Formats: sequence, structure tokens, C-alpha cells
Amino acid sequence: MKNPLNLVSTTTYGRDLNLEQRQKKATIWKALFRLSTLVGVVALAILIISIVNQAFGLVAIEDTNDRNDFISTSIKEVTKTELIQLIETNLSTNRVRTLDREEPLVERSRHDLMALVETEVFKQRIVDSYSLFGSIFTPNTFRDQVAKKHPEAIVEFKSWFTPQFLQESMSKTPELAGIRTALFGSLFLILITISVAFPLGVSAAIYLEEYARQNTWLSRVIQTNIDNLAGVPSIIYGILGLTIFVRAFEPITSGRLFGYEGANGRTILAAGLTMALLILPILITNAQEAIRAVPNSLRQASYGLGATQWQTIWYHVLPYALPGILTGTILAISRALGETAPLIIVGAATYITKDPSGLFSNFTAIPIQIYNWTTRPQQEFRNIAAVAILVLMFMLLSMNAVAILWRNKIQNKR
Amino acid sequence: MHKSVAVDKVTSESLGITQNNLFRNNKRWSETIIKAVLTLAGIVSIFTTIGIVYELGKESLLFFSLPGVTLKEFLTGTVWQPVIGKFGVLPLVTSTMITSLFAMLVAIPLGLGAAIFLSEYAADKTRKVLKPILEILAGIPTVVYGYFALTFMTPLLRGIFGQENVEIYNMLSAGLVMGIMILPLISSMSEDALHAVPRSLRDAALGLGATKLETSIQVVFPAALSGIISAVILGISRAVGETMIVAIAAGSGPNFTFNPLKAAETMTGYIARISGGDLSYDTPDYNSIFAIGLLLFLVTLVLNMISRHISRKYREVYE
Repeated sequence: MKNPLNLVSTTTYGRDLNLEQRQKKATIWKALFRLSTLVGVVALAILIISIVNQAFGLVAIEDTNDRNDFISTSIKEVTKTELIQLIETNLSTNRVRTLDREEPLVERSRHDLMALVETEVFKQRIVDSYSLFGSIFTPNTFRDQVAKKHPEAIVEFKSWFTPQFLQESMSKTPELAGIRTALFGSLFLILITISVAFPLGVSAAIYLEEYARQNTWLSRVIQTNIDNLAGVPSIIYGILGLTIFVRAFEPITSGRLFGYEGANGRTILAAGLTMALLILPILITNAQEAIRAVPNSLRQASYGLGATQWQTIWYHVLPYALPGILTGTILAISRALGETAPLIIVGAATYITKDPSGLFSNFTAIPIQIYNWTTRPQQEFRNIAAVAILVLMFMLLSMNAVAILWRNKIQNKR
Repeated sequence: MHKSVAVDKVTSESLGITQNNLFRNNKRWSETIIKAVLTLAGIVSIFTTIGIVYELGKESLLFFSLPGVTLKEFLTGTVWQPVIGKFGVLPLVTSTMITSLFAMLVAIPLGLGAAIFLSEYAADKTRKVLKPILEILAGIPTVVYGYFALTFMTPLLRGIFGQENVEIYNMLSAGLVMGIMILPLISSMSEDALHAVPRSLRDAALGLGATKLETSIQVVFPAALSGIISAVILGISRAVGETMIVAIAAGSGPNFTFNPLKAAETMTGYIARISGGDLSYDTPDYNSIFAIGLLLFLVTLVLNMISRHISRKYREVYE
């Protein structure tokens, strides 16, 4: 290290610098440091704004079937009975029956029936879409562009986030597509991941913190190994999952061993196990920290009363460390929830409309859906990808908020 | 000595501990089982590593035993076209290096600047607000960053450098966004290192008449250097292994180019694209992802080990 004395008489910046100049330099650099922190904050803001920007905005809607073939006046003047008639004559009997079962047509509101006629009879489709800020500041650019390309289309404001988006499954038409299958897939995946990783991770952490204090070669190897595993790129875990869980354990992961007619090992079980391996190092490290924070006096008191080592751990160490362990677990789960690359390798399906029904079903997950929609050329798929991102971020942020609040609550208590 | 032992024997027998001993032995037995189970749980992580090394190694050997594939060609060839039997990994490596380079050009100065600001300049209140915000940035899934690169950064770059100069998929956009992703990692690890430098060092420097900047840069920064370097190396390892941003924004299709405005596939991007489709097992394509995976694994492993070694060995310890 340089001799700090250097600073006073001469600085490494040059011999001639006087105090005023040195302080000027200090001010400039302070501003730069502040600026780089701000860049991080601004980047976060821009990221969120740019996603919201895609999730709402003007759209151009056009009928696939010419509505003049069905009605002679504006749809607003058509009576309710005529609307029902339109639906019953132009849709297949099966579809009419399904709709009737959901809610009898006669009992539906006029507004509801109008929407049905527009989407199902006229087959309204979104042909163009515009960003939120564009829609607010320069809506006419979009209107002109639509007028040129789709003279028949009407322009209106649309929120791409709708209740239907959460309820519907995948579709080839962006405005009808939803995230339901992916949402269930993600939740189910997390459930499998956590039920495997939590017991394994906590056990390993207990071993390393409570039993391996003697610092045996085995514990040292395990500790180094966990540190190394934490830095392995997630895509490598995907490759491991592909070879071990999808291929080598195929009879188990496809469910064939248990009498299921599984097609292959690319199931939600294989993906869940892969994710479990992925978050294991994070979970162990977090749990270790929580266990390490338990005061030693607690252990000694327990031993002093004649408890065995396991009794001490089970009745005193774990209850004390549990909140910390759970907080760490939530953070590990949120990592698994957003992880995409391993799922691609393990083979999540991108187009699937059935909810996962068991351990051996094919599946998709929210990040996979986002990836899939993002890589499609049509702008409308980017719009729904933005909404899917908002859903995912909402889940992640609420999980993290719970973890942080929990941690603060515990810290305040002690 | 001899006497006291004898006394012990008498008392324990008179208290009827022989019966208790049986009970205690039982307990020890269950304690042993529990310990064994916990040890096994720890060993699972070793099996994970063995699994990774074994599978990557085995399939890579299969890849290198394919006709026309040699280690020399793999490491020095500049064309990656498995269909026509060209297996030179360099195009994938150079694009990985270029995206990582731009990521680090963003993440190192900004990350270190933020770390110095948060640790040396910011008031406690400001720090308590800003640090969690940067941590949110670290928690955003990489697929979201990929979306951001494609829908925001790329149009921005095309606006700046001209549509005709910047391809829709390009390495620069992916690299810059990756830098934003790695920024919080570097800032938070470096900030921890700076924060651990004892106050007395700062006081001494300030007392000698150094400005705050001189104290931070010439006294505190060198004292925390090992932690900072290990953070930077970890950041590089993250950039090399990052998949989704490059898979979405850097382009698909290997391209041997040093122009960051052009599309070129990285190692991770290649693995994701090949295995994303309907992959048939035991084809050259399938085997090749393991060879590239092995290369990736070795590079990140070495980087991580160097990072940890530096942070341990060269850490300045203060009382």
C-alpha cells in the first residue's frame, strides 16, 4: 500500500496540484460515483417502464368476416334476441352448447352478447398494436399508419392484461392466449423443487454447521464443492438434468415404472429435480448462515442439561434458526421461479394447452412462455410477453417482500 | 487419582446407571443414524459435481471420437457448421468474449462507482434506500433482461448508430444489458469489501489532510482490493455463463466476427438453441453441446476458483 503521507505534500496525481485543485477533483469524482449509482437505479426504472410500455396501448382491430354480411345496421342497434340468433346460427352447435353451459345465453347481458358476436361471429382480430407512450403522445402516427395499411380497422385502447389472460391457456392468436397452463406449471414445478431441495439442503447445512465443526476432510470437500457448485452456470444444470433425469432415469421420470403411459422423460418431475439441484447450493449456504447465527450459549445450555447433540439441534438450534432458513429458502425459490435456461434444455413444451395433472405430465412455465413469445416476430406476442413478465415480476416481488418483512420482524424481536 | 476413579465406580453403580446405560446406548445409536443421514445429504452435492463432470466428459469423448472431429480443429477452427462437419468452436468463443467484454465495460466502472458511493459517501439513510433497489436489479430473471435488450436496447442502438449498421440481433445490445444485470453483483460484493475496511484507516488518512476522494481511492480501495477483484472475476464468470440474454438478443447462428453490431451466437446461446428444438439423441449436434458445455464449465470453474482464492489469500485482516 502507498504511504498515505504522500497525500499531503505531493499527491500521486502530480506534484503541482494545490489544495483547491485537489478538492475540485474530489467533487468531480464524487459526482461520478453518485452518477454510477444513479445509472443502476435509472436502469431499473427504464426496464420496468419499458415493460409497462408494451403491456398497454392502442390496437387496430379488424373483422375477419365482414360484419355487413351478418347485420345491416350498427351492432349497437341490434336487439338482444337478434344477437342470440346470430350466435346460434353462425357458430357450431358444440360451441353454442359450451357457451350455454358456461352461462345460458338468454341470461347474459347485452354487452356480453355483443362481445361474443364480435369475437366469435365477426372474428375480430388485432392487426396492429402500439406502445403505451406512443399511444399517449403521438397517437396520430399510429392512426395514420393503420389507416394506410388496414383501412377497415378500428383503433382503440387496450390493456393486454385482462382477467382472461390468467384464465386462458396457450393460443396461436395473441389476444386469445393466456398464461394459465404456464402459471400452474410454474407453481407445480416450485412445489416439486422445494419438497426435494428443502429437506436435503437443510440437512446438509446442519451437517456442515453442527457435526462437521471438527473440520474433517469430508466436510471440507463438501464445503468447497458447494461453493464451486454455486458458481456453475444454470445451463450446465440443464445439461445435467437432460442426461440424468430425462435420459438415465427415464423409466422413473416418464412414469413408465409406475404404469403411466408417459411418452418420454421430459416431464415436470425431471424439471423439478433439475431445479432442486440448481438451488441446492444457494439453499445450503443460506441455511448455514442462519444456523451459524444461533448463539453458542444456547447449545451449551442444552448440553449442560444433558441433551444429546441431536436433541440440542432439534429442540434449540433449529427453532431459533428456522425463520432465517425460511427466508433463505424463499430467496432460493424466487431464483428457481425465474430460471429459464435449464427448463429449455430439460425440454419444457412451448405449446401446450393442458394444465399439468401429475408428476409425469408435460409442462410449460412462465419464463418459458416469455421466452417463446419474445422470440416470435409479431408485435402482439411481445405485448403479451410483457404482461407475462409483469405477472412473473409481481410474483417474485411479493415473495421477496414477504422474505424481507419476515426478516425485519425477526430482527426487531431479538 | 486411583482413589477417585474407584469412588466414581461405586457411586455410579449405586445410582443404578447400568440400566440407564442401555438407554443411553440406544440413543447414541439413533444419533449415529441421524448423523449418517445428514452426512448423506451433504454428499448429494458431491454427486452433483461428479454427475456434471462424468456426463460432460463422457459425451464430450463421444463427440471427439466422431469422424473428422479433432481437439485441435475444435479449439482453433473458425467455422462451426456441424451439418457439414465443421467443428471449430472459435466463433462461439469470440462472441462469448465480446458480449462479456461489453458487459464488464458497463458493470466494472458503474459497479465500483456505486460501491464507493454507497460505502464511502452515502448517508446511512440513502444507503438503506439505494442498496435494496440495486438488489431488486439482481433479482430480475434473466429472460426479462433478454426481453429488455430486444425491445428497448436494440431499437435504441439502431436509433443511435443507424438501422443499416446495427443488426436486429447484435452482440452489443446483449452485452450492455448483461452489464446492467451484473452491476449489482459487483457493487454489492465490492461494497461489502469496502465496508469491512476499519474506520481507523480512513480517520488516519483524513487526519493527514487527504481529501475524501484520496482517502477512498488510495487508502480504502487498496485495502479492499482482494474483495473487489474477486467480485470482478465472479462477474466475468457470470457473464460467460449467462444464457437467456444472449439467446434472445445476440442472434442465432455462429458467426466469426469481431463487430459487436453484428449478430453472433455465443456458447450458451448455441446450447440453448440446439437443445430447445426437438433434439434427437446421440447425433453430432447432441454430442456437440456437451463439448461446449464442458468448455463452459471449465472456464467458469477456473474463474470461480481464482475469485475465491484471491478473496481468501490476499484479504487484509485487521484486528
